[in-house]
Amino acid sequence: MKVTSAVRVEDNDPAGTIKAVLSRVGLYVFTVFIGLFFAVPMLWLLSAPFDASPGLGVSWPSFTLDNFRGVFENPRAVTSLWNSLFLSVVSTVLVVIACAFAGYALSRVRIPGRNLILYSLMLFSAVVSGTATMVPTFLLIYELGLINTHTGVILILTGGMLPTALFILKDFMDSVPRSYEESAQVAGASSFQILKDIVVPVVRPGLAVIAVWALVNIWGDFLTPFILLRSAELYPAAVVIYNFYNEAGDPNLSLVSAFAFLYSIPVVLMYLFVNARYGFRFHGGIKR
Amino acid sequence: MTNDDGRHRDEAVAPDNTTDDQRQVAPTGEGAVQAAPADQGTVTPEPVRDDAAEVAVISKPAAIGFVAPAIGLIGLFMMFPAVWALYLGFTNYRLTGTAAREPEFVGTDNFTRALDDPLFTSSLWVTLIFVAASGVLGQMGLGFTLAWLFRRWRGWTRRTIEVLVIISWIIPGSVVAFLWRAFLDGSDGTLNAMIPGDVTTEWLLRQPLLAIIIFNIWRGTAFSMLLFDAALNTIPPSHLETAKVSGASAWQTLRDIVLPSVRGHILTTVLLVSMWTFNLFTPFLLTGGGPNFQTEVMAIYVYRVAFGQGQLGFGSAVSAIMLLINLIIALVYFRMLRERRKKA
Repeated sequence: MKVTSAVRVEDNDPAGTIKAVLSRVGLYVFTVFIGLFFAVPMLWLLSAPFDASPGLGVSWPSFTLDNFRGVFENPRAVTSLWNSLFLSVVSTVLVVIACAFAGYALSRVRIPGRNLILYSLMLFSAVVSGTATMVPTFLLIYELGLINTHTGVILILTGGMLPTALFILKDFMDSVPRSYEESAQVAGASSFQILKDIVVPVVRPGLAVIAVWALVNIWGDFLTPFILLRSAELYPAAVVIYNFYNEAGDPNLSLVSAFAFLYSIPVVLMYLFVNARYGFRFHGGIKR
Repeated sequence: MTNDDGRHRDEAVAPDNTTDDQRQVAPTGEGAVQAAPADQGTVTPEPVRDDAAEVAVISKPAAIGFVAPAIGLIGLFMMFPAVWALYLGFTNYRLTGTAAREPEFVGTDNFTRALDDPLFTSSLWVTLIFVAASGVLGQMGLGFTLAWLFRRWRGWTRRTIEVLVIISWIIPGSVVAFLWRAFLDGSDGTLNAMIPGDVTTEWLLRQPLLAIIIFNIWRGTAFSMLLFDAALNTIPPSHLETAKVSGASAWQTLRDIVLPSVRGHILTTVLLVSMWTFNLFTPFLLTGGGPNFQTEVMAIYVYRVAFGQGQLGFGSAVSAIMLLINLIIALVYFRMLRERRKKA
């Protein structure tokens, strides 16, 4: 650990030296404490799934992979992982496609009421949260006859993710020069061809950002499927895992731990990948 | 409807981008009106103005067609429920029974009933304490401290802590909730095992509010940390050098140079973090709102009255109150951004 001393050390000033040493010790203690604070609650997720008889505490596991076999033999667990995958992939694809079209048009054309659209999108995306609108959302899906269907969940998730994704993508689109599109148009390309063959390849990083962002968010979402779905075989992993540990009696810890591990690992890997490849920072207002 | 927790945080980026964008849009906005007649013709002969160039790239009907699917989805599945919540709040809509068939208009009954319900007012208090302690003080305080320390650090310590903080932020909510239940468990929990002596405190029963506050600090510090890290990088190093040379203490540098230059970021973070924490449903996964409603934040209250008791009209009224509080925070935020832009 390389820490530049926060306090300038005066060579011949014992008081200053003591102060410097103390502040450095304080810093080490704080760092260790913070490291432990964030690491310790997570340790269980690394030890219990591989432990032959996992408890609630963290202990060095007597290594086994049987817990994972337990998950794969549990139809509810397996189905729910597929459901999570299905919901997140379909919603993400919808978000990306709808965004590519709308972001392009909003970036390039002054359609009537564009500023009003942008302002109300911004306002609503700030004000409307899944929790504040859970009741009307449930009723809307109920009235549409889509309660207890994946379609209902996908529509609500897509509608919820779209505004933010749209802003992120429009930002990318705005930074793309128009000259290519103009030459393509002169050559007789249609708007759709221009979007498909010229704009989309250029803004691919932007599309990747919103895709990863939507995927991670929907993968972890609990409330929407929890409210809109009723049948156990439709539940995504977020809801099933909650039911596993919330059911009466002692939860089956071998199942819960291995299942939690399998369910968490995709987002963690995705983060580590993005972090290693692009760096995970707020950059120009966008997390890339 | 998506953010029960992890998600809205990223939307921090959205409002910021938008306003940047509005800034570009605003000056040309008036130009659009003037350019409108020219738009009637398909091709503008002299593409002098920016707007004219826009017309050239894609036709207006095509553009409307391109925007329609996204606006349709957003309008129906995100905006409409919010507006509908207001209407439903004035009815006695229920899940079952006669009121489910023919909901009646009941005026402001639901709203006055909410304000008279001691559980509503206590939920408001719980939420307020939760937002202030876990969001504003906890996440922002810790996030700023980490970003401030990271400024001088390179190497594995920084990377390790950063990765830990961010991973605790991106793991699915229903997993972290169980991790914390296990961690805080009375008989087998790791926390009690770490405390010397034979401790068997059931933290989620004895200190439930404190527990969800600490949990949420653990869960959400990453956002503030990343944002402040970016903010601190905008301070010119020369300013800090000058302070150092002139013998300012670390505290003086922080107070006189650093805090004034990131004031805008701090305000932004306060508002965003407050809004997200206010709308958080995750405590439900940890405590279900109990014991004895001690951790029943607004979101859980709405869930309990609407789905637990089937009072959808009453639940909508409370939802509408939540939306109103969100609206107030959002308007303060937008106003602040506009003023900052004026100054800039």
